[in-house]
Amino acid sequence: MKNKIIIENLTLQYSDGTESLNDISLDIPANATTVLFGPAGGGKSSLLRCLNRLNDLADVESVSGKILLDGENILDPKLDVIALRRKVGMVFARPVVLPFSIRGNLTYGLELAGEKRKSRHDEAVERSLKLAALWEEVHDRLDDPAIALSGGQQQRLCLARSLALEPDVILLDEPTSGLDPISTSKVENALIELKKQYTVILVPHSVQQAARTSDYAAFFLQGKLVEYASGTEIFTNPKNQRTEDYVTGRFG
Amino acid sequence: MEKDLNWREFIITRLIKFSGYSAIIFVSLIFFFLLKEGLPTLSEVPLGDLFALRWYPIESYYGILPLITGSLLVTIGAGIIAVPFGIGTAIYLSEIAPRWVRNLLKPLVELLGGLPSVVLGFLGILILSPALRVSLNLPTGLTALSGALLLGGIAIPTVVSIAEDALDAVPKSYRDAALALGATRWQTIWRVTLPAARSGVLTAVMLGVGRSIGETMTVMMVTGNAPALATGLGDLFSPIRTMTATIAAEMGEVANASTHYHVLFFIGMVLFIISLIVNVTASAVVFRQKKRAERVLS
Repeated sequence: MKNKIIIENLTLQYSDGTESLNDISLDIPANATTVLFGPAGGGKSSLLRCLNRLNDLADVESVSGKILLDGENILDPKLDVIALRRKVGMVFARPVVLPFSIRGNLTYGLELAGEKRKSRHDEAVERSLKLAALWEEVHDRLDDPAIALSGGQQQRLCLARSLALEPDVILLDEPTSGLDPISTSKVENALIELKKQYTVILVPHSVQQAARTSDYAAFFLQGKLVEYASGTEIFTNPKNQRTEDYVTGRFG
Repeated sequence: MEKDLNWREFIITRLIKFSGYSAIIFVSLIFFFLLKEGLPTLSEVPLGDLFALRWYPIESYYGILPLITGSLLVTIGAGIIAVPFGIGTAIYLSEIAPRWVRNLLKPLVELLGGLPSVVLGFLGILILSPALRVSLNLPTGLTALSGALLLGGIAIPTVVSIAEDALDAVPKSYRDAALALGATRWQTIWRVTLPAARSGVLTAVMLGVGRSIGETMTVMMVTGNAPALATGLGDLFSPIRTMTATIAAEMGEVANASTHYHVLFFIGMVLFIISLIVNVTASAVVFRQKKRAERVLS
């Protein structure tokens, strides 16, 4: 299995003194869903936000270690962050639709990237909406304001929006935390399709979702990586006592 | 005991209700007073003379057009200065500056907003006007331009303070979403943060403009007080006089209930109506956007 992302000894500290990630080393394979799970405050989101350098804007005191994406260290200060973010898409816990039409939301990233051809836009809109399992519901009203969609549709639109840029890696930070079970299963089904083409890294909003969706799972506790193995192994036969306690619901 | 509590509730509710209504009462009282004193103008001075080009009350020339254009010129000039600088500063404070810079600058800007305008007038007379006269080679430095510059300075803190609050209220998730799509910081500000905050930013601009229309002391001190008709931005370099300065300068020396006295109140009415139009337009724009958002959400 080819490793898409190799994280080596990553340590991250915020300026208010809280240490968020402590010496994390993790290999994330391509074309699979890797789940980062654990109780709140464990550093899952911080790690996700390192992978597209969104943490640049937070009050980060120090970062050390390496994150290699296709062999290139993305923590390098000289790196083109904008290009990185096009390559590594992200979906957030709360769907944030931009104040444009549905189509406008999808083509915004392309416009920013300098793609002006209408044909490419249309192609990207259809392809990304189909991948995010939203095409059937909205294809006849692409010019409606995106804010008019339901919460679940908005979240899938956000997913489609990052897919429109044809990234390599997709980061999802509790993408279904605000959704009903039907919308959740739509998003999860979309993820199964997605991992055929992309590297998917998911912070699930529950242990059950982690178990359902993971090919690989990493358990985080207070900034430390406790255990990392294939999903089946972690959820049926965890090596570490704390992982077992958390997975079986004894704490968290 | 319980009865006691009921009484207190009753009194407090009434007091709050009264303070709520008092704002409406005061505004309408002011308006009726203005109407009572200003409307007789219409029977004393023919409309054609009122909107004529010459203001010389001693010889019964009551043309208020030069005063209106003077006010507009200075206000527009002030807006041209205050809006870009104010919004730019607000963007810097809210989006770009490190937190400690923001914590230092925001109170300073607000302090600037509380500066008495007569102090700014002093600076205008002693420093700005002579500097303008020398550098632009003008016969006098007391011009519309000096007024516009100073009024811009007065309006900037208002614009900055309110626009910054509006920008700050935009959820961080909006910025994250745009940045994660590969937008640069500037693209995020221009296409996402600023549009999301637009109603607050618009309010900031309107309040800033409103403040400069109504400002009296500074313009009286630095614009030269010559009631000459301003026809374009070129008149920025000549002395003008605003409506507010006229009222302030002449009200003290006018005979009670004379025509001149009524005309001064009429000018006050015009001012009142102009600020009303500015405010109504602003709230209409904001309201329309709200309506659209509500319709979309329902």
